[in-house]
Amino acid sequence: MTEMNENCVIKIENLSKEYRLGAIGSGTLRHDLQSWYAKKRGKEDPNQRIGAMQYTKGDSFLALDGVNLEVNRGERIGIIGANGAGKSTLLKILSRITSPTEGRVRFKGRIASMLEVGTGFHAELTGRENIYLNGAILGMSRDEVTSKIDSIIEFSECEKFIDTPVKRYSSGMFVKLAFSVAAHLDAEIMIMDEVLAVGDMRFQKKCIKKMRDLATEEDRTVLYVSHNMNTIRDLCDRCIVLDHGKIVFDGDVEEAIKIYLGSANENFRALEYVGNEHKYHCDRNDLCLRFVRYTAKEDNIFYDDEPVLLELTWENKADIKNLCLRVEVSDYRRYPVTAFVVENFYSGKKGETYTANLKIDVSKIVRGGYYTRYVFYSRKNAAAPFETLEVADGLTFRRRKPDKYQNTWQKAWGSIEMNDIEVV
Amino acid sequence: MKNNEITEITPKRRLLELNLGEVWKYRDLVMLFVKRDFKNSYKQTVLGPLWIIIKPFLSTFVFTVIFGMIANISTDGMPQFLFFMAGNILWSFFSSCLNGSSSTFISNARLFGKVYFPRLVMPCANIIYNTIGFLINFVMFFILILVYMFTGSNVHPNLCALLMPLILLSSALLGTGCGLIVSSVTTKYRDLGVLVSFGVTLWMYITPVVYPVSQVPPPFRSIALLNPVAPLVETFRYGFLGSGTFPWKYLILSFAVTAIVLLFGIIVFNKVEKNFIDTV
Repeated sequence: MTEMNENCVIKIENLSKEYRLGAIGSGTLRHDLQSWYAKKRGKEDPNQRIGAMQYTKGDSFLALDGVNLEVNRGERIGIIGANGAGKSTLLKILSRITSPTEGRVRFKGRIASMLEVGTGFHAELTGRENIYLNGAILGMSRDEVTSKIDSIIEFSECEKFIDTPVKRYSSGMFVKLAFSVAAHLDAEIMIMDEVLAVGDMRFQKKCIKKMRDLATEEDRTVLYVSHNMNTIRDLCDRCIVLDHGKIVFDGDVEEAIKIYLGSANENFRALEYVGNEHKYHCDRNDLCLRFVRYTAKEDNIFYDDEPVLLELTWENKADIKNLCLRVEVSDYRRYPVTAFVVENFYSGKKGETYTANLKIDVSKIVRGGYYTRYVFYSRKNAAAPFETLEVADGLTFRRRKPDKYQNTWQKAWGSIEMNDIEVV
Repeated sequence: MKNNEITEITPKRRLLELNLGEVWKYRDLVMLFVKRDFKNSYKQTVLGPLWIIIKPFLSTFVFTVIFGMIANISTDGMPQFLFFMAGNILWSFFSSCLNGSSSTFISNARLFGKVYFPRLVMPCANIIYNTIGFLINFVMFFILILVYMFTGSNVHPNLCALLMPLILLSSALLGTGCGLIVSSVTTKYRDLGVLVSFGVTLWMYITPVVYPVSQVPPPFRSIALLNPVAPLVETFRYGFLGSGTFPWKYLILSFAVTAIVLLFGIIVFNKVEKNFIDTV
């Protein structure tokens, strides 16, 4: 395995986390024994829910799917993504609350994680006592807390109430106190899950400034998950977009936010092209794409060997002969992956609106999310050069595929799965 | 402040990874949990910490009335109150070590789901919390012994009393070992939790707590002493009151059982702690 760089503080290699779908056991020993005994006699499981047959062993859900990431000292990384994209699972693994199914993580120094505001705060204890308790839970020693308690209390703006049980605190004070403790940790890496969302704007600003200062002046590394794009903008200098357990973007904050906000609309299984025809330059604007959709699909996820059934509707602006179509596929970084071509599949008159149904075999494409682009072109005769008639950004699609090398890196190299090597 | 120690997170863990060093690093947390538990037990109560003193007296009094006066169980000629108190304080120490650690995962699920620290911190804090309680009880017990001795009762403490630290340790570890196993299994099977509180009560009746071993019919006596708690209680009583016998062979066996149960408990606990948050 490769060594960690001098500057690298977190190195995540091929990290996956699998959750089993359906109920895990039945919760009571009696039912599990009953099921086990029934199975042993070859009978039907009496506790199996009708219609739950698909939740058999092996049916699983990948909350994280082969994540690779290197984080350098002093970076402030934002992690964004839709609900269920795997953000919290990633943070939970980094915080050692749960362990990964595959892959490994190495980090240098201490990780202080704040997945919730005021974890371990005890209502009956006073603010001061809770600072000690919370500090210890987060990994500080008693002496460390003692040496910092004044600045913690000052930062929290709760001086007056510090010897009152926290059950009498307002929720805002509670948050302020809790955040102050975390902000004063001596950890090299700080992980936070949407904790600044609470508390008033002024305090939020103060916290973000504190985090930024910690990162720039003391070389702390910050990982911050949020749905609030403004705090991400304020705090982070690098941003990761997660989607269905995979990193779909890693880099500039603005670009990441654009991709995340855009992807909310990109999951549709149909696109209508109104008013944005000929966005890209074409040799001849003879054809206008109007509408595209996946037929017989509720989403844009294609499993196993399932073909993409594509329905394209366009309008001829001129007579068209020997129309060809190229469907270009690129990955989340917009790197080209492959292209599908159909030649001379249509000829038509001017003014006609036509709907074509195409079937594309994407079974060789590995798991992940992909962009497509449709390029319509034709040529006057076999010797003539191609002329593009219409170029349009197409529907995105996602691939889910339990291949035989699932969860291993052997075949997740690149985007195309080739046949196995034959020994001759 | 730069700390360059590399920590690795991987799916599998060795069978026996004790991490005791890590628990030691978190010793301040252990003590804070102990403090929290004390504060929490007696906040907003009328008598406050006085309960620590009242509880054993009250339950010993009930034992004395029911088992001593009504059921008329022999106490080997010992003063009844002292006899029942000896069994009672040691048993309640053992059972609270067991009960306290048996809910480690379930009752701390929220906390464990949000922050990492060595999970063994919880049972360790539980042992210390209960040990402090026991020592307070023990001081009262000791004063009572002195009172009874000076009033000329039939009480003869002997050198076996010096075994007390060992007995205390063994009770704590045995109780915690059982508790760790239970806590690990209850993450998946909640009904075991019910069984435990019920089982501990039954266990007390097969342990010579409210009766001396001499009252067990001779053919069953050695079987009764195979119960790893029985020789602990018996030795404790023999050392401080001079009643009954010193079952040293069974005591050694009990230590061995404790070691095995504890080891097994820690292995299971370690295995469960990594992913319990996904199943709890």
